[in-house]
Amino acid sequence: MKLRILLGALPLAVFLAAAGFFLWGLDPERDPSEIPSALVGAPAPAFELGPIPGSGGQGLATVDLVGQGPTLVNVWASWCVPCRAEHEVLTQLAEERGVRLVGIDYKDKPDDALAYLAELGDPYERIGADREGRVGIDWGISGVPETFVVDGEGQVVYRHVGPIAPAQVEEDILPALERAGR
Amino acid sequence: MSLDFLSPELGLFALLLATAVSLVQGSLPVVGAARGRAGWMAVGQPAAVAVLACVALSFACLVKAYVVSDFTVLNVVQNSHSSKPLLYKITGAWGNHEGSMVLWILILALFGAAVAVFGGNLPPSLRARVLGVQAWISLGFLSFTLLTSNPFERIFPPPANGQDLNPLLQDPGLAFHPPMLYTGYVGFSIVFAFAVAALLEGRVDAAWARWVRPWTLAAWTFLTGGIALGSWWAYYELGWGGWWFWDPVENVSFMPWLLGTALLHSAIVVEKRDALKAWTILLAILTFSLSLIGTFIVRSGLLTSVHSFAVDPERGLYILMLLAIAIGGSLLLFAFRAPTLKAGGLFAPVSREGGLVLNNLLLGTACATVFIGTLYPLFLEAFGGGRVSVGPPFYNLTFVPLMMPLFLVMGAGLLLPWKRADLAGVLGRLKLAIGGSVVAALAALWLLDGTPVLAMLWIGLAVWLALGTLTEFAERIRLFRGPVGESWRRARQLPRSAYGATLGHFGLAVVLAGIIGASIGKQEVVESLRPGETLELAGYSYAFEGVERTRGPNWAADTATFAVTREGAPVARLTPERRLYPVTERTTTEAAIHTTGLVDLYAVIGEPAEGEQGAWVVRLYHEPLVPWMWAGALILMLGGLLSLSDRRLRVGAPRRAPAGRGAGQAQPAE
Repeated sequence: MKLRILLGALPLAVFLAAAGFFLWGLDPERDPSEIPSALVGAPAPAFELGPIPGSGGQGLATVDLVGQGPTLVNVWASWCVPCRAEHEVLTQLAEERGVRLVGIDYKDKPDDALAYLAELGDPYERIGADREGRVGIDWGISGVPETFVVDGEGQVVYRHVGPIAPAQVEEDILPALERAGR
Repeated sequence: MSLDFLSPELGLFALLLATAVSLVQGSLPVVGAARGRAGWMAVGQPAAVAVLACVALSFACLVKAYVVSDFTVLNVVQNSHSSKPLLYKITGAWGNHEGSMVLWILILALFGAAVAVFGGNLPPSLRARVLGVQAWISLGFLSFTLLTSNPFERIFPPPANGQDLNPLLQDPGLAFHPPMLYTGYVGFSIVFAFAVAALLEGRVDAAWARWVRPWTLAAWTFLTGGIALGSWWAYYELGWGGWWFWDPVENVSFMPWLLGTALLHSAIVVEKRDALKAWTILLAILTFSLSLIGTFIVRSGLLTSVHSFAVDPERGLYILMLLAIAIGGSLLLFAFRAPTLKAGGLFAPVSREGGLVLNNLLLGTACATVFIGTLYPLFLEAFGGGRVSVGPPFYNLTFVPLMMPLFLVMGAGLLLPWKRADLAGVLGRLKLAIGGSVVAALAALWLLDGTPVLAMLWIGLAVWLALGTLTEFAERIRLFRGPVGESWRRARQLPRSAYGATLGHFGLAVVLAGIIGASIGKQEVVESLRPGETLELAGYSYAFEGVERTRGPNWAADTATFAVTREGAPVARLTPERRLYPVTERTTTEAAIHTTGLVDLYAVIGEPAEGEQGAWVVRLYHEPLVPWMWAGALILMLGGLLSLSDRRLRVGAPRRAPAGRGAGQAQPAE
């Protein structure tokens, strides 16, 4: 009889345990679609990109991320609307906070990319043109824009998916840069 | 007649009225049943019909707002557009969170009214309690809709036009898939209500099992259809040539199906042998609980899925509360009452009962596997283990092997007699099936060189299941054992439930064959192609003739044309499309599929190829036996419907027969 009572209560116990997890999972701060990057804590991938044709600038390669202090690597494209939204935030970071900012122009047409920079300004120290998106795959991006914080030894410290909102500069980006500087 | 009176406010008012009537339906009959007051109990039936009338009126108001594109209603603005074809204006009413809740409640009310109308043969106290429990469920969903998801909210100032419906949903599939799926989910609410009512009454017997059976069958049939339709829809609309992705939202519809299938079988044991009572009650509760948990998972944003509804944690919290009350409450009742349910008839391990217990154990374990796989990312994350996603490899290692013994037992299951079976004798009668499956497996090994051993086993199993099922049917009508006229007479006298069982098992064999074919024989090719070029795949040549600009009512498309030939003989012309819906700025792929019955030829047109002038990205899939899955699902549903029309479910169950003559013994064994 004891056993029957225990067995009878078992389904309830299982449900209550599952409900506990459900309650935890409802935390509004939690975003299940956020994907952790396998890169964080690992060295930046090996890559070498030429400049945007016709820009007269320099390209971007792994060596450019080493020995120059913390660097913000921003993956962007002229066809990407959220990139426009974060452009001003990036410009401020580079020009007012003195952050070293480099860019990867992802799957873009050179003319479009140059028009975009001419219109919004070019805050990037160097830009590599990733026309085929191969390097984007190496970085494991899930979309544009994405931004990585890389420390002076070329280690990826932080990954930000989507546009950087002004509030996130103080909350996420600057602390990550600080960690990268240590 | 002018339909102007169907205003959003009337719709909202009708929902409020339905809530008020549900309060009455949920209280008076239940109290009446406890106190033995016939008048109070009798309130349940008219109340259930009144709730249906109110909810139907509300639903009509919502559909009308969509049909006339009433952009003063927020829900219409967010999910419709005046240029949308009429069909999608109507179906768009439930292609969103709020509207789908109204549909859900409508089906709930339909089932409640069905019990009120067709439940004439139920004892009054049981009927009163069933309707009462059903009203509690309605109350939960009505209050949820009214408090967190009001579909009739107005917007001011009204915009000139709407934001259009997600183009993926602008498909005839939306007209059938959700209503059918919800009918399945919600149908199990009646079974749940029966289980809770039986626990309240403290009595579960063969008669109870017979009363529950038609509702279980109906819910199961619709759920089968809903899942198959969803899978078919994904197959032709998403343009990946896949039909099942083990996505959380697919899984949550599959779990109630697994447990519902177990329930369908265990209820037979209660009906025929008065055993497995507590287990059957538990299955009834859990099946509906999983439907509820499914709703919760889809609408709370707990897990990521390709099916995204507007996600809102507030709503999630409310549904979780409902879950805690409905599932927690019923399981608490179960914990108190289950130990008092007396176990019934004894049986040997090798017997019909034994086979059904094994069926239940395997299906239960399979369901638990899917449950764990679906929620594992959440569990792991809660313990700080980071984010993972659980995909097909997990299910291939856990779920798929569990199905092997299930199909093995199924092939012989219908031949097992009740109480005690002679295993050697049964296997002897299955000589043909055993031989056939071995031959099929070996033939597969020889014909499809390099077939993995597992696939070979599966082919043998599918043949075994089909032949075993047919053997049993042939034996029952003494086919080839006597004159044809005698067999024909026997076939006509077989109860429809027997046909249901045969079709059910045979249909699953057909589905299984389709799955095997699609899994081991699928071939695909992705190329960039210029008009005039030809691509070869699995013996078929696809000549790419070019791409044309075409226009629909609310989209523009690139339509490609392929002339498919086989050894020079024309087979089909495939015209896949890539549609752009300007309002939402989203594109959809419309795959072109030509089926020969044995294989689907599946073509998708992608974007213009980069860097190559005039070339397009083209994807072709060769999908053998996929149409069999849909055919098998139809056979399964047909089996369910036939069984549902069985005479014994319509004439009403006899009162519990005196000891010694178990109820239903006069019926031929199933």
